Amino acid sequence: MIYNEAIECASRENLKNLQSERLVKVVKYIYDNSPVYKQKFNKLGITPTDIKSIDDITKLPFTPKEDLRDSYPFGLFSTDIKNVAEIHVSSGTTGNPTVVGYTKRDLNLWANVAARSIACAGGKRGDIIQISYGYGLFTGGLGLHYGALRLGATIIPAATGQTKRQIKLMQDFKPRIIACTPSYILYLAEEMKALGVDPRTSSWEVGIFGSEPWSIAMRDTIDKTLNMKATDIYGLSEICGPGVAQECTAREGLHIWSDFFYPEIIDPVTNQPVPEGQPGELVITTLTKQAIPLIRYRTRDIVAITYETCKCGRTVPRLSKIKGRTDDMIVVRGINVFPTQIEHALLQVDGALPNYQLIVDREDGSLDKLEVLVEVDEKFFTDELQALENIKATIKRAIDSTIGLGVNVRLVEPKTLARTEGKSKRVIDKRNLH
Amino acid sequence: MKTISQVSIFIENTKGRLANVCGLLGDNNINIKALTIAETPEFGILRVVLNDTEKAKKVLKENGFIAKIAPVVAVEVSDTPGGLAKALKVLADNDINLEYMYGFVEKASEKALMVLKFDNVEKAIDILQKNNVSIVDDKVALGL
Ligand SMILES: [Zn+2]
Repeated sequence: MIYNEAIECASRENLKNLQSERLVKVVKYIYDNSPVYKQKFNKLGITPTDIKSIDDITKLPFTPKEDLRDSYPFGLFSTDIKNVAEIHVSSGTTGNPTVVGYTKRDLNLWANVAARSIACAGGKRGDIIQISYGYGLFTGGLGLHYGALRLGATIIPAATGQTKRQIKLMQDFKPRIIACTPSYILYLAEEMKALGVDPRTSSWEVGIFGSEPWSIAMRDTIDKTLNMKATDIYGLSEICGPGVAQECTAREGLHIWSDFFYPEIIDPVTNQPVPEGQPGELVITTLTKQAIPLIRYRTRDIVAITYETCKCGRTVPRLSKIKGRTDDMIVVRGINVFPTQIEHALLQVDGALPNYQLIVDREDGSLDKLEVLVEVDEKFFTDELQALENIKATIKRAIDSTIGLGVNVRLVEPKTLARTEGKSKRVIDKRNLH
Repeated sequence: MKTISQVSIFIENTKGRLANVCGLLGDNNINIKALTIAETPEFGILRVVLNDTEKAKKVLKENGFIAKIAPVVAVEVSDTPGGLAKALKVLADNDINLEYMYGFVEKASEKALMVLKFDNVEKAIDILQKNNVSIVDDKVALGL
């Protein structure tokens, strides 16, 4: 089902005219309302009058993630906080988390794009949808919730955890759609097998999976194991949350709702656009947002784009699945983990930073695992086993509380961690994502 | 010297790791006089008494091992039933905390030679001597 055919199947020209009109408007709005952006414009010697069409977008300054952090909490907002209806927060590296806000109109926009996304995945009015994303400060749960409400689906706000209950909800209410992380659906399948329930008999026909990168091989496994159609949803809280882009049933890329979120693909080093089909960093400009509109936001996600009309009939461009990150941030079970966070935690334990390495792995049908290898060093090595176990436990506690995720800590001998040019490789991602 | 030196080495609990350390010491003509290992499924602490602690320290460090030196007491007990029990009773009666103990690989005499690790080594030596438990110095213990 196509939720908004006029937009999703618009001619390239009509879409471009709409984008141009909206860009001119939003640039003026931001310039008039955000001192931070005004200063950025002034630095480049440009004013809103220089922006006449969407093609002028390259004249505008980029917005790196740091701008959000540095202006914590509301410095990058283009409206007074009293006009903000809802706030979401995601954890950061060290220091400030990222805060985003939505006016009532922004929430309306979010509901629209999330409704489009659910429809794009194969959902329709009257379907029952089980939303097993985290509800709360994380945008996953509420974003899909607003979208399902807008679409006219029946919502089971199951949230995360309590796997046995999730399975019972499915058996009793027979939802046609489930939305969660891709690793969680495989975990659910394993639990079903353990309970003697054949995952192929589940009521789920459509899966909307996101908030962590996943491969086509994993998609095939989900399809086969659960006899369903798994689709990829993309979103980031800075832009809107889930519903920025969504795979249709043809599953040849994620349709990005470019009437609201204008995409550019650039070389992250030279900042120049890359040709269609080539991988580069996804940069997004929000064309209609009020609370915290962003210009040329650097997502750090590496994707490729195509403007060809899709088999499904939609003309809006399509993004490839995420091919990587511009930095070495890792996404584990939907949570952003930065090596710097681990360092921060390790420093709390000992005062000096031991050599360490992160290993992310995913065993078939289970959740992502994060293992932290810590080299034992002179300063904390003791002759007592119990003392070493205590140090290990302290390290684990410090890391768990910093990143909000349970990790496995392993003490290793010095110099066991593979090094490249004297520095050990900080992150080893064993998940087969590409 | 009433104490002898023990070297504790951190090793990962992987196959062949213990053999690697012993091999390294052997290659450098360092003899292992006494040895024990404390381990978890993931890692272990190898505790050894060697004939050349200083050299061992250098060799281990050069090969990337983390090692610590600690004073321990070598005690001779009669190699008959109850020989060890007598020494242990002396310690228990005087509230001396024995962290752990283990035996020497070879016997220097008819008596068994044990390595004892205390948190308060001075006090332990004092009590052992007062109760006529035979403490062996490094020359005898290490066969120097
Ligand atoms: Zn399509």
